[in-house]
Amino acid sequence: MKNDNLYKYILGIADNSLILGQRLGELCGHGPSLETDIACTNLSLDLLGQVRSYYQYAAKIAGDGRSEDDIAMLRKERDYLNVLLVEQPNTDFAYCMGRQFLFDVYHFMFLNELQKSTDFTLSAIAIKSIKEVSYHQRFSSDWIKRLGDGTEESHLKMQTAIDDLWTYTDELFHQTDADKAMVTEGIGVDITKLKSAYYQKVSDILEEATLKVPESKYFQKGGKQGIHTEHMGFLLAELQYMQRAYPNMEW
Amino acid sequence: MSEEQINLEAERSRSLEEQFEARIVRDEKIEAKDWMPEKYRKTHIRQMSQHAHSEIVGMLPEGNWITRAPSLRRKVALLAKVQDEAGHGLYLYSACETLGISRDELYEQLHSGKAKYSSIFNYPTVTWADMGAVGWLVDGAAIINQVPLCNTSYGPYARAMVRVCKEESFHQRQGYEIMIKLTNGTPEQKEMAQDALNRWWWPSLMMLGPTDAESIHTEQSMKWKLKRKSNDDLRQQFIDQTVPQAELIGLTIPDPDLKWNEERGSYDFGEIDWEEFWQVVKGHGPCNKERMKARVGAWERGEWVRDAAMAHAEKQQERKEKQAV
Repeated sequence: MKNDNLYKYILGIADNSLILGQRLGELCGHGPSLETDIACTNLSLDLLGQVRSYYQYAAKIAGDGRSEDDIAMLRKERDYLNVLLVEQPNTDFAYCMGRQFLFDVYHFMFLNELQKSTDFTLSAIAIKSIKEVSYHQRFSSDWIKRLGDGTEESHLKMQTAIDDLWTYTDELFHQTDADKAMVTEGIGVDITKLKSAYYQKVSDILEEATLKVPESKYFQKGGKQGIHTEHMGFLLAELQYMQRAYPNMEW
Repeated sequence: MSEEQINLEAERSRSLEEQFEARIVRDEKIEAKDWMPEKYRKTHIRQMSQHAHSEIVGMLPEGNWITRAPSLRRKVALLAKVQDEAGHGLYLYSACETLGISRDELYEQLHSGKAKYSSIFNYPTVTWADMGAVGWLVDGAAIINQVPLCNTSYGPYARAMVRVCKEESFHQRQGYEIMIKLTNGTPEQKEMAQDALNRWWWPSLMMLGPTDAESIHTEQSMKWKLKRKSNDDLRQQFIDQTVPQAELIGLTIPDPDLKWNEERGSYDFGEIDWEEFWQVVKGHGPCNKERMKARVGAWERGEWVRDAAMAHAEKQQERKEKQAV
């Protein structure tokens, strides 16, 4: 593919939102209150809306007749390029909010830079999405504070979730070859430059939430190379079910 | 209290009740702070909460397909639809709260089985076509039930229903559109659509309630404009409206006795299996237990979250007060 790097770069961004949107979709109707159900559905809707714009663009770049749905739902697990963080399961509400928060802070900083992309489409998607993600970040940060500085039980649960999910944060800042190529061309965001601001922001909010910033220096990676956690296959089995069971049909 | 005082009190209450009934006859809206007979309050709490519970239990059979929706467009539309239902639940519970009962108490009634919800949600959604059938038939029947409620006598309920009906009407078209797409598709898709219609048709007819002869609440509800047409009339309206829609997209209504009656200007239809209806109402439908387990489970698993939110809000309030000093 002529624009292979750009194509992969778009998938790297879109897959994060697709997989997180899918996880949030699982929660619908099962949350701790009607208000959180409505809010989590909103997050999912925003992310999937963004995903459609990215995949439609990717389909255009690929130019091989595949649609947004083909790209979203018919790749093999090894071809999904999302970070491991977003595929982590909805263990409990603390994990859901922890995962959301650790991603949102990154996502906001990322889109803030992507707005300046020399690629008109990516910049336009970023400009539209950042308004939504700014709300996501506020929503998840507020929950981190509520749960961290709520009851003894909620504090413990929130700390456990952050401790467990922390291992997936470093990967957010790993550059793939496509990332590097896109930075050189002025299209992509140099994510390595966001890292210290990210940890600063996350630490500030964790402290405000009376939570400890994990000290572990052991991190997991692989998602960006298509090597996922064991959770991913099951998530994809549901995501792809209809497209696999009834191929080549319109819905 | 002396006998004279008792008589005065009874007289006063009679006169209030007469004034109240006269307001309803004049089509005036009753508002939360207005005097109302206790029976009116209770009947409204019962009906409105039943409606709210139906919305949130109704999120489950459709929520079941969010992760498996066949395309991104369908996934987004389904999410938005289920979200609308949560929204309906929210403002119906709020409208109910204006009658002096808390949302927690209403949940308690749902979880203990004291309060009912629409029985249709105790049927399973087993294929993607069920998302079409539920939207088309279940929301279609709901609209027929609910449009008259936009003019009901209790103001907060009537206003909530205006918004609910607008969104339900959108959902109904969305469901029908899913069916159109399937019937225009491959033979496998058409079969999926017909199978869904076969399974959802009779439960949808039952959704409009028992026959008039067996309906216990109708007369009083008619007077208070909580109901404006009888169950049987609503059912006939639903059938007359839906049969041509099925024909238009080449689907067959699963009723061999269905026949146009020229004289009545309506369809005659076969007998409804009321035994099945009562079985599901009494808690023995295919998914009654799962639905309740899901609702109670979500509520119990969420308790620590709700407690934390309360504790955090109290801490914030204390800090604010300390700062003010």
